[in-house]
Amino acid sequence: MEVHNLDKKILDIIQTDFPLVPEPYKELAYRLNTSEELIIERIKHLQQSKIIRRLGGIFDSRQVGYTGTLIAMKVPGHKINNVTRVINEYSGVTHNYLRDHEYNMWFTLLAESQEKIKQTIKQIQVETGITQILNLPASKIFKIKVNFNLQGEENAKRERETNN
Amino acid sequence: MLNEREKQIIRELQEDLPLVNRPFEKIAQKLGMEEQELINKIKELKEQGIMRRFGAAVKHQHLGYIANAMVVWKIPENEIVTAGDLMSEYPEISHCYQRPTYPGWPYNLFTVLHGKTEEECINKAKRISKETGYYNYRCLFSTKELKKSSMKYFVD
Repeated sequence: MEVHNLDKKILDIIQTDFPLVPEPYKELAYRLNTSEELIIERIKHLQQSKIIRRLGGIFDSRQVGYTGTLIAMKVPGHKINNVTRVINEYSGVTHNYLRDHEYNMWFTLLAESQEKIKQTIKQIQVETGITQILNLPASKIFKIKVNFNLQGEENAKRERETNN
Repeated sequence: MLNEREKQIIRELQEDLPLVNRPFEKIAQKLGMEEQELINKIKELKEQGIMRRFGAAVKHQHLGYIANAMVVWKIPENEIVTAGDLMSEYPEISHCYQRPTYPGWPYNLFTVLHGKTEEECINKAKRISKETGYYNYRCLFSTKELKKSSMKYFVD
């Protein structure tokens, strides 16, 4: 999908440096030398076309008190639709992909404790009948990149910390 | 630990910011606080690291970064920190985590590698493998996105 030039400039600013002022859209208009109405219209358009998934606070799940894991499952082909429905139902599942490996379903799960995660995995086993499940919580995080700068450079945030 | 008031604020701030002239005032009213008080609270949450950032979460596929590969590496346990640091130097790698192994799953270092095409990802992985000297790896491409959403906290 082609992204409008002004849209790119808007996205660059609102991903990394959203103005925390009483009139943020007016501030954006001032910086990009356009009108507040056009800024609002373009953001609305970017949301409707699903380029912007969310405009708001993006929280650090660990700081908020949540813990996460990556889970891999071996799901037979004929069960994929059914299992997908079960997995996607969980609000703590934010990403779920099919991948080209015998462990073919990969999803992330966030919950308020590791205990809750273990319970959820058990529940998933019961609901889907799938027993081949790998629970792969990160034991060390070397890098999480927060976002891409659309004009080429990359904005990296490096973290090195031990989980738990 | 967050208190109930902070959880309430997070619940509101994780929703889409209203597209009105004074969006923070609108949210502040809901929370029974002043506009400036809320703006200060957002800055405070950012400084504390509770909020990673305030702004747009963007779907990258729409912007040219079509392919991403989960590249998993088998690294000797005593070299994991060296390897993790080395991998993190590459700008095309966005995530680099150590994860546990299991019988039948020997890969302990997970990276997410971005490129314009799958072929580009494969070539980048090859190059990284050569440069770092870690040859036991697999590129796992996603063949289908089944779910992608932003997390909502304290809603259950």
